[in-house]
Amino acid sequence: MAVQYLGLKEINGPLIALDNVAGIAYDEVAEITLSDGSVRTGRVVQIDGSRAVLQVFEGTRGLSLKNTKTKFAGKPMEMALSEELLGRVLSGAGKPIDGLGDIYAEKYADINGRPLNPVSRSYPRNYINTGISSIDALTTLIRGQKLPIFSGSGLSHNKLAVQIVRQAKIAEDSGQEFAVVFAAMGVKNDVADYFRKSFEESGVLQKVVMFLNLSNDPIIERILTPKCALTAAEYLAFEKNMHILVILTDMTSYAEALREFSSSKGEIPGRKGYPGYLYSDLASIYERAGVIEGSEGSVTQIPILTMPNDDITHPIPDLTGYITEGQIVLDRRLDQNGVYPPVSVLPSLSRLMKDGIGEGYTRSDHSDCANQLFAAYAKVQDARSLASVIGEDELSPLDKSYLRFGRLFEKYFLSQGFDENRSIDETLDLGWALLSSLPRSALDRVDDKLLDIKYDPDKAAAFED
Amino acid sequence: MNTVYSINGPVVKVKDTSDFSMLEMVYVGSKHLIGEVIGVNSEETTIQVYEVTTGMRPGEPVTGTGAPVSAALGPGIISNIFDGIERPLKKIEELSGAYVSKGSNVDSLDGEKKWQVTVKVSAGDKLSSGDIYAVCPETPIVEHRCMVPPSMSGEVIFAAPDGEYTINDVVCKIKSADGNIHELTLCQKWPIKQARPFNKRLPIDRPLITGQRVIDTILPIAKGGTAAVPGGFGTGKTMTQHQLAKWCDADIIVYIGCGERGNEMTQVLEEFSGLIDPKTNRPLTDRTVLIANTSNMPVAAREASIYTGITIAEYYRDMGYHIAIMADSTSRWAEALREISGRLEEMPAEEGFPAYLPSRLAEFYERAGYVESLNGKEGSVTIIGAVSPQGSDFSEPVTQNTKRFVRCFWALDKSLAYARHYPAINWNNSYSEYTDDLGEYYYKNVDKDFLLCRRRISSMLIEENKLMEIVKLIGADVLPDDQKLIIEAARVIRVGFLQQNAYHKDDTYVPLSKQFKMMQTILKLYDECRRAVDKSVPLSKVLSTGIFEKVIKMKYDIPNDKPELFRDLDVEIEQTVRKVVRKYESEAR
Repeated sequence: MAVQYLGLKEINGPLIALDNVAGIAYDEVAEITLSDGSVRTGRVVQIDGSRAVLQVFEGTRGLSLKNTKTKFAGKPMEMALSEELLGRVLSGAGKPIDGLGDIYAEKYADINGRPLNPVSRSYPRNYINTGISSIDALTTLIRGQKLPIFSGSGLSHNKLAVQIVRQAKIAEDSGQEFAVVFAAMGVKNDVADYFRKSFEESGVLQKVVMFLNLSNDPIIERILTPKCALTAAEYLAFEKNMHILVILTDMTSYAEALREFSSSKGEIPGRKGYPGYLYSDLASIYERAGVIEGSEGSVTQIPILTMPNDDITHPIPDLTGYITEGQIVLDRRLDQNGVYPPVSVLPSLSRLMKDGIGEGYTRSDHSDCANQLFAAYAKVQDARSLASVIGEDELSPLDKSYLRFGRLFEKYFLSQGFDENRSIDETLDLGWALLSSLPRSALDRVDDKLLDIKYDPDKAAAFED
Repeated sequence: MNTVYSINGPVVKVKDTSDFSMLEMVYVGSKHLIGEVIGVNSEETTIQVYEVTTGMRPGEPVTGTGAPVSAALGPGIISNIFDGIERPLKKIEELSGAYVSKGSNVDSLDGEKKWQVTVKVSAGDKLSSGDIYAVCPETPIVEHRCMVPPSMSGEVIFAAPDGEYTINDVVCKIKSADGNIHELTLCQKWPIKQARPFNKRLPIDRPLITGQRVIDTILPIAKGGTAAVPGGFGTGKTMTQHQLAKWCDADIIVYIGCGERGNEMTQVLEEFSGLIDPKTNRPLTDRTVLIANTSNMPVAAREASIYTGITIAEYYRDMGYHIAIMADSTSRWAEALREISGRLEEMPAEEGFPAYLPSRLAEFYERAGYVESLNGKEGSVTIIGAVSPQGSDFSEPVTQNTKRFVRCFWALDKSLAYARHYPAINWNNSYSEYTDDLGEYYYKNVDKDFLLCRRRISSMLIEENKLMEIVKLIGADVLPDDQKLIIEAARVIRVGFLQQNAYHKDDTYVPLSKQFKMMQTILKLYDECRRAVDKSVPLSKVLSTGIFEKVIKMKYDIPNDKPELFRDLDVEIEQTVRKVVRKYESEAR
């Protein structure tokens, strides 16, 4: 029978302190029983001699200095893992909440994970076909990559995430299973419902593990949510050889929970009140994507975050961008113009794309097409800002053709139906056809020989402005 | 016995002891995690632990080693990949599998491997600090030279015969003046936070040739110099560092992945072993040391990784090699300082960074230099540090303080990167203070006109920058033809010269001689057109010949080994432009 400690020394926000405890370990889990019999879980976050500070996952409401009994488990926070997780709905702390009973655990794993040795990684090269032109052609998603969606409140990031999950398929037929781990952190009830319903309708629910921490759930649990989700993902990927796509939404709520927790611990804040270790903490989540040499599975992450006030330099998107391998940025202006998905092409980037496209992966002309589209669309922005000053009529013929290209590009290439699944061939051919609306001499990123084959103004003329 | 009293993340405190000294390396807890003493007072000793402290309990033992955290220096460093405290990651993989586990205490260097050693001394020789007593081929292109450790000297009383030895075998014994006998093996230790001594600094007058036009020509860096590469995410910091690591003409590259992505280190590993260095015909890994402390590895070891890297670099410098260090990214290192400082509840200065950030940065960058080592050989350490400014804002503390201590500033620009102009180094707000130091080298070794061409190219870019302000307001059409020509010529410089394709077999590395020829050709084009414009030939007539596009594509059209083709291009420029002039004049008549 383990020792139980009666009462507490101090309660401060989600944190409690106990005095005169012995033999407990850093990061150890504790069970806190209230006098009414309800049980909460806590974790040791600081030890000073015989004084221990714990965070309580379910919050400290109703706790007093006298009405608790605390029992330490003697091990760090662990999660029950088994293949049965697929199709289940769990709380942010990894406990089933769908009323289907406990998970029969095949093994338990520490939710903190351990850093992956860089020499054990294998460099991600195979692309995931999402059927969305702007992503497949310009910010190709690679298996084992972490590619966040930078969005803003009210933009269609959730819809886009659902479309990716529904349409994502692995390019080659490797015969391996594909599954989704979905972690909701601080999302609204409606949003969680939207995801559940969408997964159900498209028949993928049996391949999804859902972790739900809604916006009114305790913040300490929110801090655990991505860690639990990734522990499940790593297990399914590297022990069950599945390809796992992890969707984390919304990382902004996560970081805000971390800030709340940090300030109640009395830590010295860094930028905008976020703790100084926000970068390391986010990295401990994002870096859990990857492919292990010799293992057949993979963990691919699409974290979604809403940029506060659409500001990409805010610490959360900023630090995320420094860790992840690129970003897909959504744009409010495009959204207002009715473009779905409103992917803002120029700031979006996939770092791993260059090694996962081309001959043998997508198509040999992919990188030329993508580079030229980027370069041409950058010119469109210049022409637009010039037009806003001197008026469209005063523009040179070349700038005018850039403006037309810009309109066509947004209308035919970026815009896409929610059910429209374009193959990579369709996407690239569309790209070339749109580029052909420009004078040939403007296509300076492409080899002449390739232009001979691909440049076809007749195709471009078919587009209606 | 000293025991753990308090634990807060990587910071552990021990009560009531006076056994530890500042910066001493200690073993913490029953798993023997490596730590470093960072604060001592009469009540408590503060230790930062280089590993995760999960599961540690108060009362676990803390033992001192009596020595500061040191790097093991000896053969076996090159081609290896280490974590921040010089533990070989391949060995850790063998021990604990794909995930790094705690307390993996492995030796830095392989103690089993036999090296083919040639002993350079014999009994009776007098040796002083830094003298070379044995050499062995470490990789096919790096000869490892074992040197008498600094502050040791004496007479050789034993010299082993040439043969195969492990790093721990004694190959030489020396008797110092006070009668003590020192046994010398193939390896030695050196505290990572202390700079290795040398005889004197030498003037900096040789460029580090990188094959990247915007760097070599416009913003050069010298061997022994320091450069910072700041840029927001996605502007190509890592890409620039990779290109430099691949192509620069240093003998040895130390690549420090400090708090960056795991996949990037894997990429360096895979790519560098496949790439052949054209100068030596050997894989690039034969001259590269990797130090990988990815962003999810313990934060205290991230702080150490920078020091480990520079200590290794100094050691090879003392052997007489030229080393280039790529530190990607120094901002993560600064953040590690901030994180530890926060845990120590120190009073923060700007944006939560500790007040000693500038002095730490200065200490690091000042370890670069072109020196004469203790044994009289010349070597250099060049530091190229990436900076990841928060919010791409160059006014933040790390960028600003770094700027004070480096002499080369390659500012990466978001708008260039968005337009896929790589390397996205913005020529308007970057600078290099080495241009004057290196003038003589360019004059003697490339061409006496090199600096003149460079100056003309730079001033054209500055001129364009001014004109673009006007163009942005009223459009290019209203400019007179001579100013339009500046804009067109600057476009050729930007697209044809500054922009460089890292994936093109010729364009990825361009020798200085071709860089010079390209500048000359661009200036030739400008001069010819200028003459035409002076004769009031409309510039549009010259533009419509497509000669500008032809010049832009010369970087692809003219292979690096066929410089004679530049003559043909020059002739073509002359003929094309003059033909336009003649035609215009005859029509006018």
